[in-house]
Amino acid sequence: MTRRLFGPLIAVATLLFAGAPVLIAWAPYESTMGLVQKIFYFHVASWVMMFLSAFVCGVASAVFLFKGRVAADRVAAAAAELAVIFGLIGLVTGPLWARKAWGVWWQWDARLTMALVLWMIFTAYLLLREYGGSGSEKLAAGVALFGLANVPFVYWSVNVWRTIHPTTNVVPTLVPGMAGALWWSLVAFLLLYTAAMMARVRLEGQRAALDQLYRDLDDWGGQPHNEG
Amino acid sequence: MQMRRRMLILTLTIVTTCVTVAGGEVRGAGWSAAQPAQQDEFVPIDELPPEDQLPAAPLLVAAYAFAWVAIFGYLWSIWRRLTKVEQELAELARRAAER
Repeated sequence: MTRRLFGPLIAVATLLFAGAPVLIAWAPYESTMGLVQKIFYFHVASWVMMFLSAFVCGVASAVFLFKGRVAADRVAAAAAELAVIFGLIGLVTGPLWARKAWGVWWQWDARLTMALVLWMIFTAYLLLREYGGSGSEKLAAGVALFGLANVPFVYWSVNVWRTIHPTTNVVPTLVPGMAGALWWSLVAFLLLYTAAMMARVRLEGQRAALDQLYRDLDDWGGQPHNEG
Repeated sequence: MQMRRRMLILTLTIVTTCVTVAGGEVRGAGWSAAQPAQQDEFVPIDELPPEDQLPAAPLLVAAYAFAWVAIFGYLWSIWRRLTKVEQELAELARRAAER
């Protein structure tokens, strides 16, 4: 099922990604920022995927912690990696936009700082799983819950605190030309996210199977146990 | 009676004048705030300070290029890791079956 869906998902996502620059080029120019505002379409889409990953990782971690389901832990590990990747895209595209629009690469205001902290939480999650030794999965799952709790603060920070970043009201009030390009990008990112998630969960499953096989061979006294 | 009438006309005149002048002031302030400063010379863009000359296109291209490389690079890394693990799995399964 996963393998059958993966190919078509990647194909459609790639087509949407190929078409995105055309729609973005057709989208109207914003009055004060001009051309550079067009970074918005991938910047917002990448942060939406980051928030989605944080949500999936947090919920799956909660299921793993409270129900002990190992499959949920694999989903959480996959989602955390995607959170870091999409967060990184958001953190790189944002300053490239800010440099022209605000005159600075970075501003330590509430939104930007909290977004960076959110990204660091999921980076810490991955580092903990990689180097934390045995039992670090549960500790990492706890970290993921903090990441999940941080998401609403990042989202509403622009409306609550005084910040240079545009408010969340920008998206629902977009004119049709801009909204079309944004929705196109969002669908492209979502399909790609789904495909990457499926492949990444499968990788976790195969790693678990490999570890099990090494343990079985160990029991038979044939092969050394693989820690990786 | 005549005096009271004169006083009433005078008061109305003063109030009307004050309201008209104040309204004009407010409108004037509004206009000046809404309108950009009047330009009295044209400055070629290459004479602007470097921070104001910053072109948007390279930033836009860099942002989209980074997003594309990160996304498809990450997909490629998953594919590579998955292939490696599946090869190792197949090899181990073969060895286990031989025993």
